[in-house]
Amino acid sequence: MARMTFAQAVDCALETAMAADERIMVMGEDVTMLRRNLYVRFGPRRVRQTPISEAAFLGAGVGAAMAGLRPVVEIMLVDFIAVAYDALLNEASKVNAFSGGKWNVPLVVRAACGGGYGDGGQHQQCLWGMLAGMPGISVVVPSNPADAAGLMLSALECDHPVVFLEHKLLSDYWLDYLGGASRGTVSFDVPAGGAEGEVAKPPQPVPIGKGRVAAEGSDLSVFSLGVSLHRCLEAASSLAAKGIRAEVIDLRSVTPLDRELIADSARKTGRVLVVDEDYMGFGLSGEVAATVAEAGVEAAFARVCCEGVIPFARHLEEEALPNKRRIIAAALDLVSG
Amino acid sequence: MKPDIERLYRQMARMRFFEEAQADLWNRGLVPGEMHLGMGEEAVVAGVLDHLREGDALALDHRSTPPLVARGVDLASMLLEVMGEEEGLCGGMGGHMHLFSREHLAGSSGIVGSSAPMGAGFALAAQYLDQGGIAFSFFGDGAANQGLVLESLNLASAWKLPQVFVCKDNSWAITTRTRSVTGGCLARRAASFGMPSFRVDGTRVERVWTAAEKAVRRARAGRGPSFILASCPRMEGHFLGDPLLRVYKEPLKQAVEIGPPLAKAAFSRPLSALARRCGYLGNIGRTIATLGGERYLTAIDPLLRAARLVPEESRARIEEEARSEVAEAVARAMEGRRRHG
Repeated sequence: MARMTFAQAVDCALETAMAADERIMVMGEDVTMLRRNLYVRFGPRRVRQTPISEAAFLGAGVGAAMAGLRPVVEIMLVDFIAVAYDALLNEASKVNAFSGGKWNVPLVVRAACGGGYGDGGQHQQCLWGMLAGMPGISVVVPSNPADAAGLMLSALECDHPVVFLEHKLLSDYWLDYLGGASRGTVSFDVPAGGAEGEVAKPPQPVPIGKGRVAAEGSDLSVFSLGVSLHRCLEAASSLAAKGIRAEVIDLRSVTPLDRELIADSARKTGRVLVVDEDYMGFGLSGEVAATVAEAGVEAAFARVCCEGVIPFARHLEEEALPNKRRIIAAALDLVSG
Repeated sequence: MKPDIERLYRQMARMRFFEEAQADLWNRGLVPGEMHLGMGEEAVVAGVLDHLREGDALALDHRSTPPLVARGVDLASMLLEVMGEEEGLCGGMGGHMHLFSREHLAGSSGIVGSSAPMGAGFALAAQYLDQGGIAFSFFGDGAANQGLVLESLNLASAWKLPQVFVCKDNSWAITTRTRSVTGGCLARRAASFGMPSFRVDGTRVERVWTAAEKAVRRARAGRGPSFILASCPRMEGHFLGDPLLRVYKEPLKQAVEIGPPLAKAAFSRPLSALARRCGYLGNIGRTIATLGGERYLTAIDPLLRAARLVPEESRARIEEEARSEVAEAVARAMEGRRRHG
């Protein structure tokens, strides 16, 4: 085991996999600098700088994956994937089905996501619900360094497209670049357990599609992922002081969703709270509700999500993204109702 | 036609002092998130927008404050906005990358290249409404490789839209040397869409003004779009606190953070690749050195160049007026901030 930051854990997984498999290559904007440790080790053939042409290089990633490479395509911030959406929606996600299951696209799309550092509504979105809505693509959102390394390893081994989302509050270099952390006059609510932690050396794969019980409880089930998972754990400690035992579950993958784990926990507690930093409508929170209903479990339901455009002002942003206060209020409502 | 140098210099000074005020607020932690300043782009913005008339539209990128200063948007309301105040230009919802002023028909975006299609839409509306308006789109050389920019050039040309595309060529796409990821020449690329393409030294406001005059005249005459490629420096890096500039400015402090992992990567097994890896390490060092070096080339500061064209006595007066205008806006913004909370 070694202590690593979230970013080091992902680098470590990539480095291990790249050393073992010549077919893996990384491309994206500014990767020479962003992934300089990989660049110095593996060189420009395998760590390739791209122009700001997401539609072209994500689309090229699909073709390269079809032709035998295992590309990791970096879309700096997931918000920027909009200009390249065709590559995922109509190409990567469909090749397997269109070819009658004879052709796979072993592509990893890596992107930073999430807010909490004042970068406004075009740079802080999560979008995992929208991405997961495409059949044929997996979407993973690790909440700590060990899962980050493990899910990256699994993504690299997967024969289908996987979107790997890295929450910026968990990665010091993103806060440095985008939050201006270096000026020392701003601060961020970084969850310590997510930004740094123990990682096995060499890192061990974490199966895609498997959630994890982060805290056991019996009064209500709280489903979350990414940074919100940590907000839920903080809320759960406060709830415990009031005698309410919340079961907190880190979903880790948006799709495939760990429906069994969701149904089991909901059956046990009879109360479901989804805390999702992504948009509320037509996304993960609704999908969890559908999962519970389809499993025939009767449970009270509530959700704390992002309900509109993420405001730029820090105090408005703080209220728009799931926070401890909103989670506790929703949990108390559920338990008393 | 000859440009009114004093008027141009006045605009440039206003932009520069405004950017300096923003930098100060950012450093004090009053502005959250990123801050992309337009320091170095003043001559391009002033030279182009001197031709703007009431009713024309502006589609801007992440360095939107200089054009909005030139356009006459209230300075204090912009400062309040970048500080996330309710009384700000956009109620604290937009921030510096997403500044919108409906009354000035000016919008901006933090998505690279999106000012080209937005500008095409503004130009389409202008053509449709036929009231003599035109649209300006500002973007960088990095954005010129976005599909949506290339598609917009074609659309504007095919539809003869009254649009002026202004590419501010600072030769960098964040940390990437643009020429290393760009095929061919951007000016010729635009020309191949069937529009006049002007290549100017964007640190010389009078030259930008002359090129823009032709582009604007063509757009107003209903003869279609033009492209202006104006080279300029990126004086504060990609954004304030640019980590690569920090490496250049405080090499020892940064080396402690960046150095060990790089050395570890270079010396990782198999060691046979060591020589090659040292070459890659050198590439990173060179990028940082080039990026940092440019910051200090004040000889290409467009403001200093323009200053030389202005008679000494008016120069001092212009600077004094611009400085006090910005200082007054800062005071008003800070007052508004205190009132609010």
